[in-house]
Amino acid sequence: MTMSKRGVATDSQNAPEANKAAGMKHNLREAFRRDRVWPWLIDEPQPEINVAHQYILYVESLTLSFDGFKALNDLNLYIRDGELRCLIGANGAGKTTLMDVITGKTRPDVGTVYFGQTIDLLGRSEADIAQLGIGRKFQKPSVFEAQSVFANLELAMQANKRLLPTLLARLSGEQIDRIDEILGIIGLREQGRMLAGALSHGQKQWLEIGMLLVANPRLLLIDEPVAGMTAQEAEHTAELLKTLAGDHTVVVVEHDMEFVRSIAQTVTVLHQGSVLAEGSMAEVQNNQDVIEVYLGEEQ
Amino acid sequence: MKYFLHLTLFFILSLAIQTVQAEDSINADDQDQMTQIIHLADQLSRVRLKKIQPILSQLEITGADIVQPMFEAMRAGNLYYLKADKNSQRRPVIVESLGDSNYQLKDAITLDKKGQATKKQLKKIRSNNKIRGFLRDAIARLTLSSENPEVREAAVKNMLASIDEKTIDLLLKARLQEQDDDILELMDVAIALHTLRTSEDAGQRLAALEPLEQSLLPVVRNSLNQLVAVDAAGKYIEADDTLRVRASEMLKDIQQQLDFYGFIETLFFGLSLGSVLLLVATGLSITFGVMGVINMAHGELIMLGAYTTYVVQLMMPNYIEYSILVAIPAAFVVSGLVGIAIERGVIRFLQGRPLETLLATFGISLVLQQAVRSMFSPLNRQVASPEWMSGSLEINAVLSITYNRLYILIFALLVFFALQLIMKKTPLGLYVRAVSQNRDMAKAIGIRSGWVDAMTFGLGSGIAGVAGVALSQLTNVGPNLGQAYIIDSFMVVVFGGVGNLWGTLVGGMSLGLVNKFLEPALGAVLANILVLVFIILFIQKRPRGLFPQKGRVADS
Amino acid sequence: MSSTSIPAGQISTLHAIRNKAPLFLAILFGATLYASVCNLYVPQGSVFYVSTYTITLLGKYLCYALLALSVDVIWGYCGILSLGHGAFFALGGYGMGMYLMRQIGDRGVYGNPELPDFMVFLNWPELPWYWAAFDQFWFSALMILFVPGSLAFVFGWLAFRSRVTGVYLAIMTQALTYALMLAFFRNEMGFGGNNGLTDFKDILGYNLQADNTRVVLFLLTALALALAYVASELIMNSKFGRVIIGIRDAEDRLRFLGYRTDLYKVALFVYSALLAGIAGALYVPQVGIINPGEFSPLNSIEIVIWVAIGGRGTLYGAVIGALIVNYAKTKFTAILPEVWLFALGALFVAVTIFLPNGLVGLFKRRSQGKLS
Repeated sequence: MTMSKRGVATDSQNAPEANKAAGMKHNLREAFRRDRVWPWLIDEPQPEINVAHQYILYVESLTLSFDGFKALNDLNLYIRDGELRCLIGANGAGKTTLMDVITGKTRPDVGTVYFGQTIDLLGRSEADIAQLGIGRKFQKPSVFEAQSVFANLELAMQANKRLLPTLLARLSGEQIDRIDEILGIIGLREQGRMLAGALSHGQKQWLEIGMLLVANPRLLLIDEPVAGMTAQEAEHTAELLKTLAGDHTVVVVEHDMEFVRSIAQTVTVLHQGSVLAEGSMAEVQNNQDVIEVYLGEEQ
Repeated sequence: MKYFLHLTLFFILSLAIQTVQAEDSINADDQDQMTQIIHLADQLSRVRLKKIQPILSQLEITGADIVQPMFEAMRAGNLYYLKADKNSQRRPVIVESLGDSNYQLKDAITLDKKGQATKKQLKKIRSNNKIRGFLRDAIARLTLSSENPEVREAAVKNMLASIDEKTIDLLLKARLQEQDDDILELMDVAIALHTLRTSEDAGQRLAALEPLEQSLLPVVRNSLNQLVAVDAAGKYIEADDTLRVRASEMLKDIQQQLDFYGFIETLFFGLSLGSVLLLVATGLSITFGVMGVINMAHGELIMLGAYTTYVVQLMMPNYIEYSILVAIPAAFVVSGLVGIAIERGVIRFLQGRPLETLLATFGISLVLQQAVRSMFSPLNRQVASPEWMSGSLEINAVLSITYNRLYILIFALLVFFALQLIMKKTPLGLYVRAVSQNRDMAKAIGIRSGWVDAMTFGLGSGIAGVAGVALSQLTNVGPNLGQAYIIDSFMVVVFGGVGNLWGTLVGGMSLGLVNKFLEPALGAVLANILVLVFIILFIQKRPRGLFPQKGRVADS
Repeated sequence: MSSTSIPAGQISTLHAIRNKAPLFLAILFGATLYASVCNLYVPQGSVFYVSTYTITLLGKYLCYALLALSVDVIWGYCGILSLGHGAFFALGGYGMGMYLMRQIGDRGVYGNPELPDFMVFLNWPELPWYWAAFDQFWFSALMILFVPGSLAFVFGWLAFRSRVTGVYLAIMTQALTYALMLAFFRNEMGFGGNNGLTDFKDILGYNLQADNTRVVLFLLTALALALAYVASELIMNSKFGRVIIGIRDAEDRLRFLGYRTDLYKVALFVYSALLAGIAGALYVPQVGIINPGEFSPLNSIEIVIWVAIGGRGTLYGAVIGALIVNYAKTKFTAILPEVWLFALGALFVAVTIFLPNGLVGLFKRRSQGKLS
């Protein structure tokens, strides 16, 4: 079933078909009923995420080709609620494309993506999907460089993101506390007033992670979090991601095998747009296919 | 494709004919004839009115084609002689008013220009109705027996509307001599029209309808319309029912044909406008489409090309026929160099900042406009068309295609395909494509991207200049010439799909056609507005245009 | 609260850094009031006398400043380059022009109480329906807001939802104003063709030629500019403004944070068009004419250059730019008309290459240099 965005308005569709004019009149009257508020004026309640079967993300038979090149090829992936999953694979294996599809940036040719058991993600806009509670960190750190670190976090914070509420938004004490807490976690308390553009590359990575944290999403999609970080910072990140798992579901794409080894519960290996192997790090490392196509190359 | 080849061949041939036109070599016989004509012409203004007609008769016999212009001028009352010649030999001159009682003079025999004179310096050669009537018949006789088939054809056409007993005899006589099928057909139409009007015999009249079948001449349509017309009381004027029914059938056929040719004409106008759009947009499809540079001064580069044509013409006033052929490379070089200067001087500093490039090049366009305004004048300049580009190709009575539009259509396609060749077959084209797809990679394999940018921009700008040469043949050349085309050319490129040359071709042509097909119903301005609105809406639906291109695009 | 290391006060100082409104308002009102008093209460012979011509000129500049502000809001803060803002300005102007036209009544050349002169001249039998209610000021005022606003809404809705951005959007806006120009040049449209609307007599019963009316219009323009300035500053300093700036710098990121950026852009575009429409409406009674030339693409692009020269992304920069360039234009076109386009063209090039942040940026860099 699809959760119609205009659910309230479409209730009025049972007007007599025979008389069009009467139907229109009826619709018009319906549209101006006093006991109802126009649907675009009220905040839609976010649909409930149904994780009764312990799975939060269902990706099934996803296929997407660009000019004959199959970026995704009948890909199936299930992510448990609260798990920490690593996606690995060579360049072009389809990791980033998969994230693009989940977050609504790209439409697949075939396949389905469900968030929980009930929410179909395909056909929803990026903003919609983000509002549902799916956060994403890009490969290249992407922060609002012309604004302060504090403002970056404020923008990312969970809130009503419609026009009018945004215009009238004032930060509450709690919210300020929350931002401050995050600043502490990502180690940027000193830089709170600095413009984000003035941060170092590693600090921008942290800020972006902070933006994810402050948004408090159910599902975090994290693309190469430790690129450009020192070993120490990477270790710190690993710790952070591990603590996040449980309350949140975390999917990490990473090339740094050392890092993957340090955090992975379950690893999924992608190859040419489909899943090649899945299991614990040890299992994956001993998988014959994987050794051939992926780890084989490294040795 | 075959049609295209024909056109090209035709283009080349007509050029050849112009150059080969043999110079008249005057032999002894002609010399003798000339002396006689001059003598007779001298007499025209000396004898009494009554004696004029015999002189004219003699002139007709000796002069043949040569005296025809003189006869026509005399009939129209434009034949004079100079008072200064009163006591010497009087050479009649044909005059053309320049206003303010100033007249341009032309020798009535040789047709050479003879400078100007005021009314007071001239004396009219007298004539009267009788003489004018004689002149009319004489002209008809002369032209109908002319050696030049075009003159004969024109003569018959002139007679069509005004055939009377006298001329019909002439025509019937001439018909016996006539060999040319087209002219014969025309003569038959003329005779048939005469029969239709004068004959009392129903069978003869019905038979006379047959040669009129499928004729597109307006005269024929008028006559047929008269046959089916009703009077004020709603009664048919023509009593013969069979005749009337047949006539109305024929009219229907003719109307169908007219609609068809009307469609063809609109099609041609559309393609012609499309070719102009293509010409102005081709350069832009290189600089904007391939390089991703927004050059708002593109229109001014077109304008520079048009002014180059003007200057070339000023520099070679005696060779107007060829000046345009010189202007094409000259305009390419001038606009190309200015383009390279713009690229090296401004645009390269703004790489990756498309909106700033837009503003800076707009500034350049203002400077170029003002520069032209200061150097030449704010007023429009007229660029003369060479003779081979004026006039029109008459396909039939209702459809004629002006040569300048036809040549510009061919020219636009030539430019387009030449550019395709450059982009596909030359090293420069390869480099351009390489740089536009991945600048860093191109640099890494040793392509001098700066040089390629300059050359590409020069190429696009040069083509803009060439477009200016073509535009100078269609409109007046002024400082604002470019402004009128800049929005259109951007629309064409965006509509066709940025970075796709074929898209520009299809975009230009289809916009031209849509515009012209809307025009009869809406008028030119509203059609233009509607097309703009259509593109605005189209781009919302397909932001990448008709034929989207992969790879780097102007805006990322 | 005390446990946080960012005191609540810090947030307000974050904003206060950009808050130039009080200084701006002080200068604006100081200058306009001074000029008004010097026009009305100082005798004509005095050195302090400010002529009515000057007042009108200043009023015109302030309209341009408001127009520049509207472009800055959309371009400087949101990164949307509109080359068609002249269209919104002109539409607002036509709205006012139609009202003023109806106020002429039977005082026109042809003395027709119903029809404006140009309609009589073109043999129009009756007033077109869309002119009917323009004899009411309230209706005209509504239209001055509604027409540019709804055009901006429709255009923005279509463009921003299909993610037409950057250069494409700029060219589309240019095509839009060009199409409107062609349309308004047509006599059949019923807006006076290429002569436009002119020969206005009075506004709300006050004679437009009177010094008092002129001064009041001038002061109203200053007031409108001040209100627009304060409103824009409030918007830009709100979270809404931070979203807008975010759209300029990383629109994708905002979408993945859950913001419907297209709606934000539409809203800002409409706001901007409203400001431009108001500027046009205030411009027409002071200048005394509105014609289709106002729609010309050149006009629209000139506005952008005012903003670029002043310094985009700062509201006062746009105002300063508009004032300086237009003052220069008045001076130049009076003394050396030939040179003006050269100068303007050179300005375009120089500013984009050497002064990406405009004059304001130049001074900022200076002062920052002094500090460090």
